[in-house]
Amino acid sequence: MSEHGAGPAIETSGLIKIFGKNRALDGLDLTVPAGTVYGVLGPNGAGKTTAVRILATLLRPDGGEARVFGHDIVRDADAVRGRVSLTGQFASVDEDMTGMENLVLIARLLGYRKPGARDRAAQLLEAFGLTDAADRQVKNFSGGMRRRLDIAASILNTPELLFLDEPTTGLDPRSRNQVWDIIRIVVAQGTTVMLTTQYLDEADRLAGRIAVIDHGKVIAEGTPGQLKASVGAGSVHVRLRDASQRPEAERVLSKALDAPVQLEADPVALTARVAGEGIEHAAAERAARALSELAAAGISVDDFSLGQPSLDEAFLALTGAPARADARTDHPATSEETAA
Amino acid sequence: MSATTTEPGTAYVPAAEALSAVMAPGARPRRPSALSASITFGWRAMLKIKHVPEQLFDVTAFPIIMTLMFTYLFGGALAGSTTEYLQYLLPGIMVTSIVMITMYTGVAVNTDIEKGVFDRFRSLSIWRPAPMVGYILGDMFRYTVASLVILVVGLVLGFRPGGGVTGVLAGIALLIAFSFAFSWVWTMFGLLLRSEKSVMGVSMLVLFPLTFLSNVFVDPETMPGWLQVFVEVNPITHLVSAVRSLMGGTTDTGEVTLVLISSAVLVVVFGTLTMRLYNRK
Ligand SMILES: Nc1ncnc2c1ncn2[C@@H]1O[C@H](COP(=O)(O)OP(=O)(O)O)[C@@H](O)[C@H]1O
Ligand SMILES: [Mg+2]
Repeated sequence: MSEHGAGPAIETSGLIKIFGKNRALDGLDLTVPAGTVYGVLGPNGAGKTTAVRILATLLRPDGGEARVFGHDIVRDADAVRGRVSLTGQFASVDEDMTGMENLVLIARLLGYRKPGARDRAAQLLEAFGLTDAADRQVKNFSGGMRRRLDIAASILNTPELLFLDEPTTGLDPRSRNQVWDIIRIVVAQGTTVMLTTQYLDEADRLAGRIAVIDHGKVIAEGTPGQLKASVGAGSVHVRLRDASQRPEAERVLSKALDAPVQLEADPVALTARVAGEGIEHAAAERAARALSELAAAGISVDDFSLGQPSLDEAFLALTGAPARADARTDHPATSEETAA
Repeated sequence: MSATTTEPGTAYVPAAEALSAVMAPGARPRRPSALSASITFGWRAMLKIKHVPEQLFDVTAFPIIMTLMFTYLFGGALAGSTTEYLQYLLPGIMVTSIVMITMYTGVAVNTDIEKGVFDRFRSLSIWRPAPMVGYILGDMFRYTVASLVILVVGLVLGFRPGGGVTGVLAGIALLIAFSFAFSWVWTMFGLLLRSEKSVMGVSMLVLFPLTFLSNVFVDPETMPGWLQVFVEVNPITHLVSAVRSLMGGTTDTGEVTLVLISSAVLVVVFGTLTMRLYNRK
């Protein structure tokens, strides 16, 4: 926003948070430009929620510094609170109260007088398609409706910075798309959004820049294009009719794709990463060429698909080590495969 | 949860114009005053009672049982006649019941604080103690309901206060003022302890000695000397004497003042501790 000139929305340096012996944040450095969606991507336990809670002034860091629009989050916490809104990982709305009551409550706490608060709440319910559910207790809302109410509460006063902590985790595809659309509109209004997610695909679609974090540190940062180029455009998954042809198939694939081929536990399955030039076409072309060379070598293929890189694969590429075992990779959008 | 299949709004498509319109930065209202924010949280507590009315069961059933039990169980034995004992007992029973139910404040804080909605409250630019004050304001409504329930049961059983309507209301007002102050002990424990169970456990550990080792049930003259010392410094003893004097029409200004002073001390000490924990949470 103009008042802050060209300064970044968030700047952290060496942020540390320790729970017992666990270093949830271990020297986190972030610079979030104003006016964009900034994606923070990482597996469960990476420190995403801890980072968001510190930046929203809910937790004190044990070391390092952070500024939000130039205001120190510890010394100047109240100035930060006046500029940010938070939609937490676990619904930041009151389950026992109705949709209307939740919004009126927050409106009153922002300083709206009684009639004004009701009007404002009604406007937001309408814009978020929740008018019919206004007088229903939130515990009877679906996951998607709850998320929308949560975001509505966060933009009651248009915030300069909105934190969305895993806003689509656990939502069905349709609700996820609704949340994505809302985020795009919110950003178009000038609000900066910091979005955490476990899904590469989600960060890719929404974010202008992405920081990949693991064990409380940034392990990669850049535009989605830069990250995908370093991660690779995806993997081809091949299933053969005949297990005895696998050594031959491995040789053909590794030559055609110019990449190491992984033999799966299933004796007829192979996987190979497709090197990415940042252009998805190229990956599809290479995959198609690999398929025709398999056919030319007389290898019978039962199934052949090109998948987007999962968070696991991204981690493998970025760190040389798989994401931690508790990382979830079962997001439908990342396993969406395009049959070739 | 059967509603999930026939959701209104499942077919919702976020419309850019509608959303942009509600986001258009109008004049931001001024930050609410400390009082206004606290009252808003009090309103939230009242809404919770409306949506979960079982909460009122605790505060009504428990006092009724206490009153009946002590009147009929001990009345005959201790004072020879239940009606006579009731004149002495009822103010004390009222104090005991209300002070006992103050612990629900701690339980409510403890269960609420872990929920996501608390993160939102704490990320708002409002007077910091407002959410805690709000709980206690809501609870004061429950204390009032419970006091009136006990009063009605007492009147039915034969309680005839010498202080009349004014005396009785003054007694209840003093009791509720003290309970407001005493509730800060529980907001502190609610924030300090890990689970609802441990809050309950600690509450019992504090409340039983405070309420029973007092002048609620019997005249301290009958107790051994060492016990009289504890009873004498116990704030509940002074609260009971003050309430008894107001209801009985023989106002003891000294005791009333003492109660008001101890209330102020409780708010300062435990209010400060509560806010320190709240800010660090
Ligand atoms: N309140 C807490 N007490 C103790 N450990 C915590 C607490 N909050 C988070 N952690 C730990 O810190 C690490 C980072 O957690 P979190 O920030 O929630 O990760 P993410 O949101 O990326 O899943 C995890 O190992 C988690 O167990
Ligand atoms: Mg998290």
